[in-house]
Amino acid sequence: MLDLLALLLIFSGISFFFLGAIGLLRLPDLHARLHALTKADNLGLGLLIVGVALLHGSLLMAMKLLLIWLLALLASAASAHLISQYALRRNRS
Amino acid sequence: MTQALIYALTGAVLFMLGVRATLLRETLLPRLLALNVCGAGVFLIFVSLAYRGDSLPVDPVPHALVLTGLVVAISATALALALNRRLREMADE
Amino acid sequence: MNLTLLPDLLLAGMLIGLAWAVLNSDDLRRGVVLFIAFGLLLAIVWARLLAPDLALAEAAIGAGLSGALLLVALRDGSGGDQRSAKRSTLNRWLIDLFVLVMTCLIGWVLWLTIYAEPVERLAQLANAMLERSGVSNPVTAVLLNYRAYDTLLELVVVLAAVLGVLVVGRERRGYREPGPVFHGLVHWLVPLLIVTAGYLLWVGAHAPGGAFQAGATLAAAGIVLRLAGYDAAGLPDGRLLRWLLVAGTGVFLLLGLGMTVSGGGFLQYPEAWSGSLILVIEVAATASIAAALVLAYRGGRSDGWLLVDEKDKNREISS
Repeated sequence: MLDLLALLLIFSGISFFFLGAIGLLRLPDLHARLHALTKADNLGLGLLIVGVALLHGSLLMAMKLLLIWLLALLASAASAHLISQYALRRNRS
Repeated sequence: MTQALIYALTGAVLFMLGVRATLLRETLLPRLLALNVCGAGVFLIFVSLAYRGDSLPVDPVPHALVLTGLVVAISATALALALNRRLREMADE
Repeated sequence: MNLTLLPDLLLAGMLIGLAWAVLNSDDLRRGVVLFIAFGLLLAIVWARLLAPDLALAEAAIGAGLSGALLLVALRDGSGGDQRSAKRSTLNRWLIDLFVLVMTCLIGWVLWLTIYAEPVERLAQLANAMLERSGVSNPVTAVLLNYRAYDTLLELVVVLAAVLGVLVVGRERRGYREPGPVFHGLVHWLVPLLIVTAGYLLWVGAHAPGGAFQAGATLAAAGIVLRLAGYDAAGLPDGRLLRWLLVAGTGVFLLLGLGMTVSGGGFLQYPEAWSGSLILVIEVAATASIAAALVLAYRGGRSDGWLLVDEKDKNREISS
């Protein structure tokens, strides 16, 4: 039962990644692409990590995975901000 | 065994792709990229030969060699980039 | 067709496709970014081939640090001309033919090697002697015990490369003060990277990790600092920097010679001490590797070769 739930979480995580990738390829401009990519990937990674933690079943591993997710959140938020700021500045000049 | 073969053959292809690009490109930076891809191919061959199925323990000796190889590769890349920069500066003077 | 091979075939195909895109893109910046992606994919392949030590190192070095180095080289302006060499059509055909034949030959040799009669390999010996090596991670045992000699020489290579960078390179101009978002990130990230490096160094004795991964992580902290406008990138100046650069090679060499003096062979640890000796060497090696990599990114000393040039100019004026 727990395994089934974990699998479900992992697959929905993967589908968010998939949608994010489609957004990256199909959306028209940089800001829309960033928006699709960071949001979908952050949520996808979160779902994936909860699924993997359930499969593994140990609290220590779950904490480590949670730390990884938080780091990825921080990094993707900051890098998306930096990229869009750079693009804005270049468009203005 | 088949897995090891797949990755070893991939390593061979990567190596020769790198050689091809080294021969075809003229400027240093693309050649440096090509050399790095060559190196990745060699590392891949080493590690795939160390792999003997999921149940057997892997051979740690090639792993250690590749680990040092990675650090040597980036040091060599850094030196090549520094030499390239100096050459360009001398050409500008 | 065996379905369990599908992920492997997919990974292998993606590697080759990415490598092709890296090598044949006309825009060099695109090539470098794809090369970073190639490094990350390679890290996944290492994990697949049960080489977590390599996966850690590749993610930090192959994808992170070499990507940063190549991007900063583009910023220097060394990427402007992306021409292919002028070659005749015949020449190109010959090169392609050569590449094809060689790939087949190497592939055939690999086929023979993998399906040959299993012979006794060093792996058995390495794993059998693990108890006596002082560590329980076989890769660390190979690196710093069985084949410590190789690792010593490898540190010498890194030292030689960074000396080369110091001789020819002047420090690159730094980055301006970043916005508040990046500044905040750096204040979180750098301490965390330093702690992670310490963890990797310590855990290397019995799990994936060790001096190379820790050194690369520490170097990443330095590069992040430099990107955030701290031009020194966390490195000390002058004499201390020199000591830091030679620490790995120096400690390694001194301990090895010490063992020769105390009766053993060169780098033949006394068994009871091997665990602690390996840790001491690894700490020094981590510091040296990190300093070397950050220095390579910075592009040399702040005075660099300018000093020599000034002297030459003065000499010309006086003569």
